[in-house]
Amino acid sequence: MSVLVNKDSRVIVQGFTGSEGTFHASQMIEYGTHVVGGVTPGKGGQTHLDRPVFNSVSDAVKQAGANVSLIFVPPAFAADAIMEAAEAGIEVIVCITEGIPVQDMLKVKEYLKGRPVRLIGPNCPGIITPGEAKVGIMPGFIHRKGTIGIVSRSGTLTYEAVDQVTKAGMGQSTCIGIGGDPIPGTTMKEAVELLMNDPETEGIIMIGEIGGNMEAEAAYYIRDHGTKPVVSFIAGATAPKGRTMGHAGAIIGGKDDTAEAKKKILTECGVFVVDSPADIGKKMKEILN
Amino acid sequence: MNLHEYQGKSLLRKYNVPVAESVLVENPEDAVAAAQELEKRTGIKIWAVKAQIHAGGRGKGGGVKIARSLEEVDTFAHQIIGMQLVTPQTSAEGKLVRKVLVEQGIYYPGPSEPKEFYFSILLNRGTSRNMIMYSPRGGMNIEEVAEETPDQIFTEEIDPKVGVLPFQCRRIAFNLGLSGEAFKNMVKFVPKLYQAYIENDATLIEINPLFKTSDDKILVVDTKMVVDNNALFRHPDIEAMRDVHEEDPMEVEAGQHNLNFVKLNGNVGCMVNGAGLAMATMDIIKFSGGDPANFLDVGGSANAKRVEEAFRIILKDPNVKAILVNIFGGIVRCDRVANGIVDAYKNIGEINLPIIVRLQGTNAEEAKEIIDNSGLKVHSAILLKEAADLITEVLAGK
Repeated sequence: MSVLVNKDSRVIVQGFTGSEGTFHASQMIEYGTHVVGGVTPGKGGQTHLDRPVFNSVSDAVKQAGANVSLIFVPPAFAADAIMEAAEAGIEVIVCITEGIPVQDMLKVKEYLKGRPVRLIGPNCPGIITPGEAKVGIMPGFIHRKGTIGIVSRSGTLTYEAVDQVTKAGMGQSTCIGIGGDPIPGTTMKEAVELLMNDPETEGIIMIGEIGGNMEAEAAYYIRDHGTKPVVSFIAGATAPKGRTMGHAGAIIGGKDDTAEAKKKILTECGVFVVDSPADIGKKMKEILN
Repeated sequence: MNLHEYQGKSLLRKYNVPVAESVLVENPEDAVAAAQELEKRTGIKIWAVKAQIHAGGRGKGGGVKIARSLEEVDTFAHQIIGMQLVTPQTSAEGKLVRKVLVEQGIYYPGPSEPKEFYFSILLNRGTSRNMIMYSPRGGMNIEEVAEETPDQIFTEEIDPKVGVLPFQCRRIAFNLGLSGEAFKNMVKFVPKLYQAYIENDATLIEINPLFKTSDDKILVVDTKMVVDNNALFRHPDIEAMRDVHEEDPMEVEAGQHNLNFVKLNGNVGCMVNGAGLAMATMDIIKFSGGDPANFLDVGGSANAKRVEEAFRIILKDPNVKAILVNIFGGIVRCDRVANGIVDAYKNIGEINLPIIVRLQGTNAEEAKEIIDNSGLKVHSAILLKEAADLITEVLAGK
C-alpha cells in the first residue's frame, strides 16, 4: 500500500508541451510512472514524448482514462487549470506552479469543496511512492521503497530528509510535498491523516516551517488519533518577524507563527521534535529501533 | 508588497471609501499651502502631519504631529521631512522620512461624541477565507487589545461566493455600538472597503483608527495595506507604487538578479537552493555557534552565473565572517554546481573569507573532489552534520 499515487495511477501533465512539462514528464516516464498523455489547449491530436496530447482534461479523462494530473501551467492560468481538472473528474491533482495569487486559491478551495478530488500544492515538489510512481519534480534516485511517510512544506529540505532516511537504511512509503503557499490544497493534518491510515507506513516525518497554524492543527490530530511515531523539524527558528522567507506562506505574523511556538505544541502532543535538520533520519531510526 | 499610507488611501478613494482629506508633501516648503487647501475643503483649522514610511508606531517616534496653527504645520513638516524616524517596528537607526501627509483634523465640535475603532480585512489561512476583524477599542495596538480584552475583538468570515452580506454589516455596526446616521454610514462603508480589498488583490487592509466623527461620519484615518506580490502582474498601477527607498539596497540588487534574498544581522552568510532548506541552513548556523547574515535562495538551477551573483551580494556585507553554501543537487548535478562555484570564486578574485561548501545529491563525491582539488581555500562537506561542524571550527578560528 501507499497513499495518493501508485503503479496503477494514470497520470497526465497539464502544460505538457512546455519546457518544464516536457522535462519532468520525461523524468517521470523514465522513473516508471504511468504517464498516459498530456494537455495543451490547441495542440490536441498531436503526439509528444510518444504520448497523446489533448485539448482538455476532460478529453484526457475520457480517452486515456487519466485519474491523476500534474500541473505546470503559469501562475496566471493555474487556478483555472486546477478547476478544469477537478471538473473533469481527476482524483488527485498535483500543482507544481509557484506564484498563484492567493485570492485565486480561495476560489479554487471553494470550487473543490464537495468534489471527490484531492489537490496537493500549489508551489510544491509533488508526490512520490518509491518504486511505483513519481508525480512531481523530485529526484527519483534518492528514494527507496520503505515504511516512512514524509509530509513537508518544502522541496529541497524534503529531499534532505528523504536522503537521510535512505542513508540510514530505511525507505519511504509515500512522500507528500504539500507546498509553501499560505493556502495549500491539502493541509499538513490531512496529509498526516492519510499516512496514519496507511497500513504500510510505520513512521511519519513532518517538516514544517514558520507561518500559519497547520503544524499545530496536525499536532492536535496526532495527540488525539496518532498510532505511529512522528518526527518533526520546523524550519525558520532564526527567521525575523514580518519577512517572507522565500515561500509565500513562510512569514511570522503573530506569536503562534514562530518555530518555537510550533515546536512547543508538537512536543506537548507527543511528536519527536528535532532542533537540527541534520538529525531527522537519525531520530526516526532510533525510535523505530 | 507594502503600500504607504497615502498610496493605500488613494486606492480606497477610488472605491468611494470615506477617507480623511489629505495632501502629500515632499518639500516642507509646500506644507503650509497644503494645510490652507485642506482648510478650504473642510473648514477645519487643525491638521495632522504624518511621516510616510513603511513601519507602524510612527507617532511614538515623533513621526506624527498635530498642528493647531499654520506655523506649527510649517515647523512640524520641517522637523519630520528628513528625520531618521525610529519606531518600535524599525531598526535602531530608523528610516529616513522623505514625504509627509498633511491631513485634516478629525476632532471638531459636533452633536455627538467622536469614537475610534479598529477595522481590518485580512486573509485567514486557517479557514482559507477572507475575514473582517474589528474592535470598538481603536487607535491602539490590536495585539495588546487581543491580550487584554479578547472579548472586544469581533470577526466576520466572508463567503467568497457571495461576498460580505448586509446582515454582517449590520452586525458590525451593532457591535461597534453605533446608531442613527453613524450606523447607516458604517453599513455602507463595509462593502466598499471589501470591494477595494478584493479588486486590488490585497491580503491586508488595516484601518486603525477608523473614526466616527462628531457629526456621525465614518472616516478612514490611518491605513496599512498589503497587496499580494503574486498578483502584481494584474495590477501594474500598484506595482508602480513600489518604493525602493523602503527596502534594503542589498535586497533590491538581489531582486534584480532574481535571487530571493533577505538581509539579516548575523556573521555567517549562506547560499542555498530552496526556501525550506535555506531556512533550515540558517537554523544550522545558529546551532553551530554562528548567526545567519542572510536568507538566500539561489533557486533550483544554481548555475555558475547565479552562484557568482549570490557570492557578490553576500560579500558586500561587512559583518560576514564566513560563508556556507548548501546545495542539495537533485535534478541539478552537484559536479556542475561545484564547477560553477570554482568559476565564480575565480571570477571574483581574492575572497578572504572561509567558505564551506556542502554539496549533497547527484554526483556529490565527484563534486567534493572538484572542490578539494581546486586549490581554493574552501572547506568541503557532504553530510549536513559535517557542514555544521565546519562552521563551528571556522568561527573558532581553527
